[in-house]
Amino acid sequence: MATDSKELAGLVGGKYRYGFVTDIEEDRVPPGLNEDVVRLISAKKNEPEFMTEWRLKAYRQWLTMTEPTWAQVSYEPIDYQSICYYAAPKNPDDAPKSLDEVDPKLLETYDKLGIPLHERARLAGVAVDAVFDSVSVATTFKAKLAEAGVIFCSFSEAVTEYPELVKKYLGTVVPRADNFFAALNSAVFSDGSFVYIPKGVRCPMELSTYFRINAANTGQFERTLIIADEGSHVSYLEGCTAPMRDENQLHAAVVELVALDDAEIKYSTVQNWYPGDENGVGGIYNFVTKRGDCRGANSKISWTQVETGSAITWKYPSCVLRGENSVGEFYSVAVANNYQQADTGSKMIHIGRNTRSTIISKGISAGHAQNAYRGLVRIMPTAQGARNYTQCDSLLLGDQCSAHTFPYIEARERSAHIEHEATTSKISEDQLFYCRQRGLSEEDAVNLIVNGFCREVFKELPMEFAVEAQNLLNVSLEGAVG
Amino acid sequence: MVELGDPNPMLVIDSLHVRVQDRDILDGLSLSVGLGEVHAIMGPNGSGKSTLAQVLAGRDGYEVTAGRIEFLGEDLLALTPEERAHAGLFLAFQYPIEIPGVNNAYLLKAALNAQRHARGEPELDAFEFMRVIKDNMKLMQIHEDFLSRSVNTGFSGGEKKRNEILQMLTLEPRLAVLDETDSGLDVDALKIVANGINSLRDPQRSMILVTHYERLLELVKPDHVHVLAHGKIVRSGDHTLARELDERGYEWIEQEAQSA
Repeated sequence: MATDSKELAGLVGGKYRYGFVTDIEEDRVPPGLNEDVVRLISAKKNEPEFMTEWRLKAYRQWLTMTEPTWAQVSYEPIDYQSICYYAAPKNPDDAPKSLDEVDPKLLETYDKLGIPLHERARLAGVAVDAVFDSVSVATTFKAKLAEAGVIFCSFSEAVTEYPELVKKYLGTVVPRADNFFAALNSAVFSDGSFVYIPKGVRCPMELSTYFRINAANTGQFERTLIIADEGSHVSYLEGCTAPMRDENQLHAAVVELVALDDAEIKYSTVQNWYPGDENGVGGIYNFVTKRGDCRGANSKISWTQVETGSAITWKYPSCVLRGENSVGEFYSVAVANNYQQADTGSKMIHIGRNTRSTIISKGISAGHAQNAYRGLVRIMPTAQGARNYTQCDSLLLGDQCSAHTFPYIEARERSAHIEHEATTSKISEDQLFYCRQRGLSEEDAVNLIVNGFCREVFKELPMEFAVEAQNLLNVSLEGAVG
Repeated sequence: MVELGDPNPMLVIDSLHVRVQDRDILDGLSLSVGLGEVHAIMGPNGSGKSTLAQVLAGRDGYEVTAGRIEFLGEDLLALTPEERAHAGLFLAFQYPIEIPGVNNAYLLKAALNAQRHARGEPELDAFEFMRVIKDNMKLMQIHEDFLSRSVNTGFSGGEKKRNEILQMLTLEPRLAVLDETDSGLDVDALKIVANGINSLRDPQRSMILVTHYERLLELVKPDHVHVLAHGKIVRSGDHTLARELDERGYEWIEQEAQSA
């Protein structure tokens, strides 16, 4: 997707310091991964030496690791040497010149989702310079944020502009060698977001990748780091309800959140990457590591996700509840239709005293899809008075799909209070008939029932996002019944 | 849609045969309901009363093996359940269905707007909708917090039935079929429900009250009473028939029908 091509062209044109032989002007590094490729990525981004070293260490650790196989998903082995790990943004000349050149099917979906007209061009990858009209909006936002002292920029920019902050926090929540995909990301990450909220600041607006105009071009190995300093508060929105096309099949992102004393981070995601066609051909493999560290006392981290896209989802947004009285929350709707496979859930690691966590997971399966909830609640011996409540509901549409629940509970402290509730249900004929008798079409009836099933999660989303998410769910389940 | 004042009847059921899971339940039932009329269908358990209500609303699994039904001059059996609703047919369910997470107001607004949309009328926004249902709620003695509760979830039997009538009042159907709406109601709730039903009586609107007992018919006086036994109507009369049934039970009618 072409966006702020000038800025990125600037990065690509940067001088390469390590004498690597590949022509700097070339857009694509040859497929395959080795230390030279890692160095090249770092060089193309003009990174300081600490970053290059960090990437190399990650790469070396990755070499010793094996791909996890415990998830309830199956796919052909990935050939990591056939992947291109660095690609410059597409030449805007190749992009469609206007919406007239875009696949009408895609436009139809935008219409159903109620995506504003000026947004559609950007999402469809129309050469942006010609149509993008939000630059002034973005500038206004930047000024407002700067006034509050909030740093909100691309990860690449943070590495060069705020190296001390990056150095201090990068990899402290998700270590380089945390898992196979996180190690790979650490070695080759392309770009992502960086947020720092200073002490006592309540971020004056929802931070959305929408307003970071080059966000769409973060590529397949996205890296995000958010730090909420003492007493600060931030709400961050990631993703977009519009279908995102991407030629890269493997996505391995890492998100790290750090909340210091009395700080609060709310992180909302709508994920709608290409799920493959109705026969299960194609689609994104989304292998993501997301973790928040409630490092300070009375801190709070809340994850809300609506996952409808990707052929395979492997994702467990987690909270490490280190600070006393800290709170972790996870609200999730995961939809799997056709041949999609989802293995998703959360981990709540209770370390501090009186830490509390809530997990609300809603899985919806349709078609031939597989949908698994996998969650860990661990209460460490230091976590006196810890509490967890987990509710895990599955809804089945049709009789070809399946739902699985894998809850892991480890309590090492007597005073811990852990509750787990799980249900599996089907949309009943009675419910459909009742709604249709009142005048709703079968499709609207299904949407109504499914949205009701997800209500506890949707109400956690920022208002406008919630409406979009509902529409998205309806579009994702089109044709799932009947 | 038939014009107002049309001389054609609301509903004509002609020799209806219905099979459910290989059992014949309705066996040549015929009935004609005129504009503005209220008909009561009574009969013992298992006589096919609820089957009739389900078939009228278009429920799957009820196989019409013979006969036809005309609703406002249209072939009712050719319509989907939602098309029947759009044409003005409403069924008050004997056992209203629970839909967790979907609030009452949301379902009712969606239903009303779906019907308005199908009739080419503009949809109502939230404020207009509230204006429409406010009086209906008062009539059914339904408190406002009821609107934000999930549809029928955790409702008492009486609340469920009052909710059905609230929906009926709001959707203003041409033909209302009430399936054992009186069952499980205490005296006070029965009065509220009867008030609701009576408020909707209109020369342009017809009703079919399916009931086992006479007590609702004391409060909502039907124009015609029919007794259903063994899948067909075995006797018809005015509202005095209902009282007679209440006093004498159904057995004598069944015996008469069999010996006939």
